[in-house]
Amino acid sequence: MKLLSVRSISKRFGGLQAVDNVSFDVPQGAIKALIGPNGAGKTTLFNLLSGFLRPDRGSVVFDGAEVLGLMPHQIAARGMARTFQQIRLFPKMTVLDNILVGRHLHSRGGFVSCMLHLPFLRKEESSARETCREILEFLGLSGQADAEAVRLPYGQQRIVELGRALALDPQILLLDEPAAGLNIRETAKVGKLISRIRERKITVLLVEHDMSLVMDISDEIVVLSYGQKIAEDKPASIQEDPEVIQIYLGESDA
Amino acid sequence: MRKQGLQIAGFAVVVAAIQLVTSVTGNVYHLTQLTMSAYYSLVVLGLCILTGYAGQISIGHAGFFAIGGYLSALLTTHDFSVHGGPVVSGLAAMGILTRRPDLYGGELLTVHPWPACIFAVLTAVAVAYAIGGPVLRLKGHYLAMATLGFGIIVYRIVLGTELVGAADGIYNVPAFPLLPGIAVSGKFSLRVMNYYVAWVFVILGMVFLLNLVHSRVGRALASIHGAEDAAEAVGIPTARYKLKIFVVSAAFAAVAGVLLTHYNGGIGPSESSVMKSVRYLAIVAIGGMANLWGTLLMSLLLNFLSLRGYFGTFDDAVFGGILILIMLFAPDGLLRRQLFEELKGAVFPAGGEKET
Amino acid sequence: MNFDLFLQYMVAGVTYGTIYGIVAVGFNIIYNATGIINFAQGEFVMLGGMTAVTLGRFLPLPAAILGAVLITMILGALLEILFIRWLYRPSVLRMIVITIGLSILIREVALHIWGESVRALPYFTGTSVTSIRLGGVYISPQVLWVVGISAVVVVILGGFFRYTLLGMQMRACAANRDAARLCGISAKNMVTFSFMLSAAIGALGGCIVSPITYVQYDSGVPLAIKGFTVAILGGLGNSMASAGAGMLLGILESLSISVLPAAYKDVISVAILLVILFVRPSGLFGSIEAARLKEF
Repeated sequence: MKLLSVRSISKRFGGLQAVDNVSFDVPQGAIKALIGPNGAGKTTLFNLLSGFLRPDRGSVVFDGAEVLGLMPHQIAARGMARTFQQIRLFPKMTVLDNILVGRHLHSRGGFVSCMLHLPFLRKEESSARETCREILEFLGLSGQADAEAVRLPYGQQRIVELGRALALDPQILLLDEPAAGLNIRETAKVGKLISRIRERKITVLLVEHDMSLVMDISDEIVVLSYGQKIAEDKPASIQEDPEVIQIYLGESDA
Repeated sequence: MRKQGLQIAGFAVVVAAIQLVTSVTGNVYHLTQLTMSAYYSLVVLGLCILTGYAGQISIGHAGFFAIGGYLSALLTTHDFSVHGGPVVSGLAAMGILTRRPDLYGGELLTVHPWPACIFAVLTAVAVAYAIGGPVLRLKGHYLAMATLGFGIIVYRIVLGTELVGAADGIYNVPAFPLLPGIAVSGKFSLRVMNYYVAWVFVILGMVFLLNLVHSRVGRALASIHGAEDAAEAVGIPTARYKLKIFVVSAAFAAVAGVLLTHYNGGIGPSESSVMKSVRYLAIVAIGGMANLWGTLLMSLLLNFLSLRGYFGTFDDAVFGGILILIMLFAPDGLLRRQLFEELKGAVFPAGGEKET
Repeated sequence: MNFDLFLQYMVAGVTYGTIYGIVAVGFNIIYNATGIINFAQGEFVMLGGMTAVTLGRFLPLPAAILGAVLITMILGALLEILFIRWLYRPSVLRMIVITIGLSILIREVALHIWGESVRALPYFTGTSVTSIRLGGVYISPQVLWVVGISAVVVVILGGFFRYTLLGMQMRACAANRDAARLCGISAKNMVTFSFMLSAAIGALGGCIVSPITYVQYDSGVPLAIKGFTVAILGGLGNSMASAGAGMLLGILESLSISVLPAAYKDVISVAILLVILFVRPSGLFGSIEAARLKEF
């Protein structure tokens, strides 16, 4: 089943065609990677899919419904979670609280109920905390629950952001360069985490530069260059694709 | 939650203690300024949530105070008996319009304070909804200017409109009978009761806001302030929340306006001036942008001093100076526990992280 | 309304509009150099006028004006050095609040120095009742001074930014601070210069318009609002557009008096400000993309 179907997506910024008529599918349960040189339009594509940018043209069908034109929070509510290329954790909040924010959609209390501290809120809150502690355990960060999130080492911050996205209980997880700035050990840890995420029946679409990670865990790879899709295939075939090799000419894989 | 309960109880004790002290030392007239401080604190608390937690600056909150105050004043002093007609008689029959004696032995037909209050606050809320949408889409300077502009428009309107007394404002506003036996009024004999009534409102407000802050909504607001797009990406409807908190803060200001107007027996254009808005902001700044208790304590202290005239002719300068000093040296307010750490961080930056 | 009356309104509009434009130019200079909107800009105008009146008691008029401009310029530099220069990457919120606070302080000081009295410089030529007839309208010669001097200032400013080394350095700083510093330009000094320049222009504006509009310790605030409106209307940072936008606002405001009670005159400019902010914050001539790029 195709969980995410992207058709003829295009976006232009003034003189720059950032994304040019890109189409691909993400089957449910798969781990799909988006690769390409810097400036190929990968993060722009993510912003288009998650609602932060409006495409000039095209369609995005997620879980059977068109999500083009929806606000990001609406798309998130439908089960699409994402992380950001530059870590966007909430400052002045603990690791646990950061992840708790991800549970927002799974509780109901509105302004009035919260001001009046209605009884049902207590149960919601404790159940949310319980779920978050589980996530922290899954991520191996249980010990850091009460640390201020933005003071953590960079690698752990990335994982916290991952945890926040997981807290959404998403159907699909859009990961924007999850291994950026990480060393080999941390990258391997991220790779393992992503595999375990797939075991939880969550589909993954990731943008990544780290080729070993990408080749290791992806089922399929989409290659972008200058906003256009150059190739879409299994990792082994991509590695042999002459066009792909050419656009990466001179770049050694990580 | 238990911790907040203790804090509230502790504060209630302080409030009662202050009153007892004044009666023991014979400074009962202090109660008047303390009561007014309470009502001003309501405005400040609402602003604190908006600016400190949700991160939206407003230099126009005096405008909402004025909408609440002026509307309730107008409705409770305007003699509707000059208008005839079935609508007026119908409203009178329902009790919305009541008869009361005026100063000269005649009789006035005015709106009863309760429906007037409800109308005034609802109007302020409606205005907040109407302008909040477009205003909150703006950021930084634009947002500040837009709120400033709103405040100025309200000021100019009340200053220039004969119906609401122009430069003189509205006076002879009657007492507000909240409940049987409890009325908001400036009568000396009711001083002590009014003192407690005012602070009960403040405590109620604190309870609501503390609840909000420590709830999922409070967390969502803090996340919007911290990283708006990340908040949006986890499903928080940021625009809607910003609007709602703006409306809540406007409601607080309007309620304060209504009550203080009845307490003072009147209202004038100065209540909607830019300086008043700046004052509210200065108090939020010095109390700690995201610190409800700190803001409340500072509000109590500063408003009291200001009303008693301790700042003399330098009143405005004091608040202006406070704003500058706080923003230069302690942008998160004086009473934050991590102040020292943050000062260190400000002078010796590590990693060059940009402040929000 | 007959044509002559209409022209009379236009003249008033142009006069006030010029001043709004001058204030807007001051905003733009500082904004371009720092990204800050200086809420105290109106105070520079006020100070220029008030100081000139005081100096005018014992100095001839041109000297008084020059003195006022210089004094205000120094004040502008002092403000920047004392309150802004040493801040490390301040957030927008902080800067807004600091300049608001400064505006209040300056106002209070002015109040304590000069009291609440309203002052005015003498008319540069003629008296308050001299008028020149231009077509069907009677114009005070002061209006010609206002428009004339303002035009000269704008032209000189344009030339300064375009052809002098200092001007180019300031522009470089505005465009890309870090790159400018790499070229050896002291960004910090450029910021101070921008404050000095802004203050000087504002003060000059205050001097030339005070015979007509009078100055008072709190004349600054409404000017700041209107100046800001004009700056936004023309597109923040675009000084040429400010001149035109100033005229537009001045004329609109002036004509509005014929329809609305005079008490609401200030409401017009604020209402226009709000409309622009809501509908098109990049202004009439600014580009939407550029407005988005500027960090807020």
